[in-house]
Formats: sequence, C-alpha cells, structure tokens
Amino acid sequence: MTDKTPVEYIIETVDLHKSFGNLHVLKGVSERVRPGEVVSIIGPSGGGKSTFLRCLNLLEIPERGHIFIHGVDITKKGVDVNLHRRKMGMVFQLFNVFPHLTVEQNITLAPVLTKKSTEKEAKEAARALLSRVGLYDKLNEKPGRLSGGQKQRLAIVRALAMEPEVMLFDEPTSALDPEMVGEVLDVIRELVHGGMTTVIVTHEMGFAKEVSNRVLFMDDGVIAEEGTPDQIFNNPRNPRTREFLSKVLQ
Amino acid sequence: MLERIVIIWTGYWKMFLGEGLAITLSLSATTVVFGAIIGSALALMKMCRILPVRWIASAYIEVIRGTPMLLQLYFFYFMIPNSFVLTLFGWVHKLMILFGSEVTQRDFVKFMCIAIALIINSSAYVSEVIRSGIQAVDRGQTEASRSLGLSGKQTFFRIVLPQAVKNILPALGNEFVMIIKDTSLASTFFIGDLMSVYNVVRGKTYLVMEPLIVVAAIYLVLTYVLSNLIAAWERRLKKGD
Repeated sequence: MTDKTPVEYIIETVDLHKSFGNLHVLKGVSERVRPGEVVSIIGPSGGGKSTFLRCLNLLEIPERGHIFIHGVDITKKGVDVNLHRRKMGMVFQLFNVFPHLTVEQNITLAPVLTKKSTEKEAKEAARALLSRVGLYDKLNEKPGRLSGGQKQRLAIVRALAMEPEVMLFDEPTSALDPEMVGEVLDVIRELVHGGMTTVIVTHEMGFAKEVSNRVLFMDDGVIAEEGTPDQIFNNPRNPRTREFLSKVLQ
Repeated sequence: MLERIVIIWTGYWKMFLGEGLAITLSLSATTVVFGAIIGSALALMKMCRILPVRWIASAYIEVIRGTPMLLQLYFFYFMIPNSFVLTLFGWVHKLMILFGSEVTQRDFVKFMCIAIALIINSSAYVSEVIRSGIQAVDRGQTEASRSLGLSGKQTFFRIVLPQAVKNILPALGNEFVMIIKDTSLASTFFIGDLMSVYNVVRGKTYLVMEPLIVVAAIYLVLTYVLSNLIAAWERRLKKGD
C-alpha cells in the first residue's frame, strides 16, 4: 500500500488473513471503504464474508494484515480497541439483544457505561430511536416478548445509540421469518439514505442491488470480484460470480 | 411402633426442633453462603488467563471432589488448631454470647472446624456450577456487548453475570438441599445437629427405629419444602425473560 491517505478512507484493510485451526478462511483481503459508502458483501457460505466483517471490529483477530480505521492501525498492540468499536455499530444475524434488560435499557446501557451521555440524555435518545423504528410502545418490555423483526430493529437502534460512523450488518435478515424481513430492511434502507457508511453481508440480492454503491463478491477467502451493483448483477465477469448468482437468483 | 413414635415425638420434639434443627440449618446456611463466595472465586480462577492460577483452582477442585466428604471432615476437624479458629473467628463467638447464646467456646470451635470442612467441600462443587452457568451464556451476548465498545470487565458484570445468575441460583438452591443432608455426616463429631440429637435420644430410650423415623421425617419435610420453594422461584426467574 503506497498511497495511504487516511482521511479519505474510513476503513482500509490490507492483506487480511484468518484461519480457524486448519481452515484458512481469509486469504488476503484488501479493501477500502469511503465515508458515506454502502458496500454489500455477497457470496456462498463459508466464503469468508462474516469473518471479514467480524475482523473489522476485531471480534475476530486476523493473523496477518492490517486494519486501518481513519488511518489508525487497530491491529497494532496498545491501540484501545474499545474506542474504535464505539465508532462502529454491529448488527448480528441472531440479534444478540440483552434478554435481562428492558428494551430501553438495551439501548441506554452502552452510551451510559462508556460515559458518552448521561442517563437522562441516553433515555431521551433511546426514546427518539425507538419511535423511529416503531418500538416506542415496547420501551419497558423485555426482549423475550418481541418478535424476531422487532428484536433486530432493537439491535439496530442499540448500535445507533452509540452514534457510530460505520454500521456493520452481518446477515441481518437471515434468521428472520420471511414476513419480517421487510420491516428490518426498511430500517436499514432509511439509515443508508441518511448517509450512514454501511458494510452489509447479505443474502438479500434485491436489497444489495438497490442500496449499494459497491458490491463485493467473496468466495474462498478472497474478494473474487467487485464492482457497482449493475456490473456485478448484470455483467459479472468472474465465472464463480456468475455461477453463484445463477443459483441464488432463480 | 406408631405409638412409640408418638411418644418419642411428644417427649423429645423440643430437642429435635430446638437445638438439633437450629444447628443443622445454621451449619447448612453458613456452608451455602461461604461455599458460594469461595466457589465464585474458584470459578473465576479457573477461567483466569494466567495458567498457574487455573492450575491451582483445578487441583483444589479435583482433590476435593475426588475424596470422600467424611474423610475431609476428619481431616479438617483434626488438622485445624483451636487457636487458629479462635484468632480468626473468636469475635463471632463473643458476638453470639453478647446476643444471649450459651454456646461454649469448645462447641463453637468444633462447629467452626466442621463448617470450614463443609465450606471447602461445597465450594469445589459450587465453583463448577458457577463456571458452567457462566459458560452457558450465549457467546453472542459477549460479542454484542464488546461490539458496542464495552470493556471485558463491563461485559462480564453487566451482561454475562446477570444472565449467568439465572442459571446458577436454582442450582445453588439444590446445593443447599444436598448440604442439609450432608451435614448429618458431621454428627460423627457430635456437634448437636439433628443426627446428633438422634444419637442422644437413642441412648436415652434404647429405641433405634422410632427416633430415626422422626428424624427422617424432619429432614424430608425440610428438603421437600425447600425443593418446592426453589422450583417456584426458578419458574419466576424464567418468566422474567
């Protein structure tokens, strides 16, 4: 990497490698995300999409390579990872909402504990966020009483409460019943239109096509092809991309 | 036989339900509380990143779980010097006297030695209960918390532990039931618990079966009530989510 212009890229990865035991999952992934960009990652299961996304906030520690957030190498020893994670919201396939806390507490916990806001500010912000996604009336419920779609919307606003600069979505609709996919995609769509920098791993091809500036096709631990949605979906050059798309777009 | 059981009951119920039950219950409660505290520490040690700390905890747990409880009672009963107990816990005895207790120093020391043995025994079992309760909390919870930028410590105390407690508390309740029964072993050293009272009554009346049935009934009522309370409590905890 010769031209390192930190301000231009919000995320930059250089030659990321990650293995689980003998399984080499990431085989050198270099990628850059500009502020405001919406990047979708598609590809077959086991291709390394989720692992790549999870490396971005160091939920997985890569063995080799670098991750720059605003030009700061967070793979270096002595970097306060927690500070960087606060700038990156993450939404998981299985929601991972906190079952022992109320809906409101789910949202206020992190801003208050990290001293980002006072209890009062956090509560006000939580209420505003919950109204935005239509969950205001669930304020004092425990997540156990919410549907899958509601849980995922809660998980999204929980991440937003930290006012992140980037949102990472790890297959946010894969665990949902079909009738609930729409309500979650609506929330993400609104977020994207608001200008949030977003990296989303998804199997919703239609959605990826609609919202992305750029689509990455990951297969066998590398980015096999990348381009605009139009290029990837209408004129894929890589035969593996073509094969994958013909399978999922029937 | 039934007639003689009634006679035993009417003649000695004060001994059974007075001192006998009081010592059984106080010994069990002391064991559960301190067993849980030391057990928590052991569980944390066993999940510690520092290898030698983990070894020490593992060795402790293996030795305690791998040897009979009666043997451990003998070991600590004869090994712990009176002066040690009095230096550390003499104030408890003084406090008891202050509140009108008539326990002699000798009985107090005996009680404490047995209690320490039971606590050490219980802590080894409880630590495994706690460790598995913590590890049963979904990894996704930790990941979600860390991804929000919370530290490992904040994640443990605010996210993992509160959820683990729901797994742990009912199991601890069952441990309490086990300990109530296990304290009967302490009657080997005649510390005045229910089983010790049985020995006294047997000696006085020359009846073996009848007082035994009375004592069995008391244990049974105790454990039955307790188990049901725990089960009800467990249902309530589950409903909370």
